[in-house]
Amino acid sequence: MARKPASASPPASATLHPPVPQRHGAKVEEMLEFYRQMVLIRRFEERAGQLYGLGLIGGFCHLYIGQEAVVVGMQSAITPGKDSVITGYRDHGHMLALGIDPNVVMAELTGRAAGISRGKGGSMHMFSVEHGFFGGHGIVGAQVSLGTGLAFKHKYAGDGGVCLAYFGDGASNQGQVYECFNMAELWKLPIIYVIENNQYAMGASINRASAEDQLYRRGESFRIPGIQVDGMDVLAVRGAATAALEWVRGGKGPIILEMKTYRYRGHSMSDPAKYRSKEEVQSMKDNRDPIDHLKAELLDHGVTEDQLRVIDKDIRALVTKSAEFAEQSPEPDVSELYTDVLVGQY
Amino acid sequence: MTMVQALNSALDVMLARDPDILIFGEDVGYFGGVFRVTDGLQQKYGAPRCFDAPIAEGGIIATAIGMGAYGLRPVVEIQFADYILPAFDQLASEAARLRYRSNGEFWAPITVRAPYGGGIFGGQTHSQSPEALFAHVCGLKTVIPSNPFDAKGLLIAAIECDDPVIFLEPKRLYHGPFDGHPEQATRSWAGHPAAEVPEGYYNVPLGAAAIVRSGHDATVLAYGTMVHVALAGIAESGIDAELIDLRSLVPLDIDTIMASVQKTGRCVILHEASRFGGFGAELSALVQERCFYHLESPILRVTGWDTPYPHAFEWDYFPGPARLAAALRRVMED
Repeated sequence: MARKPASASPPASATLHPPVPQRHGAKVEEMLEFYRQMVLIRRFEERAGQLYGLGLIGGFCHLYIGQEAVVVGMQSAITPGKDSVITGYRDHGHMLALGIDPNVVMAELTGRAAGISRGKGGSMHMFSVEHGFFGGHGIVGAQVSLGTGLAFKHKYAGDGGVCLAYFGDGASNQGQVYECFNMAELWKLPIIYVIENNQYAMGASINRASAEDQLYRRGESFRIPGIQVDGMDVLAVRGAATAALEWVRGGKGPIILEMKTYRYRGHSMSDPAKYRSKEEVQSMKDNRDPIDHLKAELLDHGVTEDQLRVIDKDIRALVTKSAEFAEQSPEPDVSELYTDVLVGQY
Repeated sequence: MTMVQALNSALDVMLARDPDILIFGEDVGYFGGVFRVTDGLQQKYGAPRCFDAPIAEGGIIATAIGMGAYGLRPVVEIQFADYILPAFDQLASEAARLRYRSNGEFWAPITVRAPYGGGIFGGQTHSQSPEALFAHVCGLKTVIPSNPFDAKGLLIAAIECDDPVIFLEPKRLYHGPFDGHPEQATRSWAGHPAAEVPEGYYNVPLGAAAIVRSGHDATVLAYGTMVHVALAGIAESGIDAELIDLRSLVPLDIDTIMASVQKTGRCVILHEASRFGGFGAELSALVQERCFYHLESPILRVTGWDTPYPHAFEWDYFPGPARLAAALRRVMED
């Protein structure tokens, strides 16, 4: 008997998609809070850059300036204490947007005992159980897989929580990311993979390092839907977060949000930035700045310059206090070197 | 030349000599490497021979092994030695074992360059010294230079070697010698005898240690950054110690080590990596097995502590000259 001929066309994609997200219709009070958080991150990072220049922060320090709308928009949509957050080494903004005290973040950068990891983690390695923040990871891409495990716990415990696992365009080429995409969809895990596409993996621009540079499509072969989002617009980010959370909380499995964003500073503090033009960076600052963008919208909504100046002033004071705290706190006692290696003594 | 320039020169010389040699890794092409070791090579030799790879260490090393098995001689850069672990399976299960399981028909003549070590406030993912992991895998060679001249000659020998070579570059030494005194002004390689690096081809054979300082009372075994720390520690101790720079861990120049310990009767081993199961443990066992009747005192190890590399405590963790000097005084007590 002749075999049945194969179908002329392959089956259509089985990937289901959520509805197209709507830009968040925020009230003025909410927009002011987004503004406050974004300005806090920017001023904090500027100060961290200064402390680095003064030698008070050593080693590696990756600033989040330019990308503020991503964490503020995403994390305003989650439920603190219920949901979990994990990210890579560019992590200061994620912590501040979770409401973690700037003092203990800055003190960790300067390696002081009052730092959130008692000075032993540093810029890239910070955690907070209280805020559901699972780091702060220095190995590119590793947090994506760890986040998948966090999501498994949410499902297993039935706690209704969702994991936000952030990673960059560079990390999206690590093999382990795809191992975990498959597992997350197979097991319908409650996780939002947030790709912060700032367009440069250190010095490699996205199109020099990625065969598929539309990163929201990276889940297609695992049937994970993806949405591309204007990551310079906090209300667009918040709208996408709401849609993604509804999808994931509804038990439909993982989703990818690709945030098109931009970092103004170098990859780290020692980046000669030869891989992009000054004009490109300036153009982004002039035309696409997430804080300027929101500020203009606030003014349109009748908020006054004076109101914003009060917020700016408060933030400056908060950041100055954190820098003073981080400079004045003592270094950890050397006995701390051996704590927390294992559960007991080595 | 600085160590960075010497390494760049080695790659330049080898790219010119052999069209089967090529270089790839994260940011090595267009950008010239985060530490600038491959600076200018893409412009000179073209993107087919010096090119960027995505951030995917497992894939980078696996691809290199395939290239090597089929006749090419790739030199890959892993940006920090700490990032090499996603590729450890490929190194241990494939690169190191291909020759043995194919009855000598296939092998992987690859060189994996990776900056390693501390002294730069890199915390736990940018400061580690993973050499013992590689030295333990039979089928891999592990090489660590301590100065620009050796860096160039050893890298050329590594590239020419038909075995897979892990080439660990002490990043604290890239721009100048560092003797473990962070409070002193940073020194450059200018004027250092080992910074006199010929422009052209030469090699430093793998498996030949160097006697950096002759002495009669004790032997110090070190490699990488610790060679410079050892010189300072010996000076501070006032003890007439002989300093051996291993230069390659596998193959190991056991003859030079034995001759020295049999002469001095005392041995101190110095490395940055943590202590338990570190390469110093292997050195200690070998010296004990081969020089037992010449030993006047127990062999001591001065190493990093058995903790992750901390962000704070950089100079408490980093084994400095004072700790070596104390160990030298101790071995002289017996």
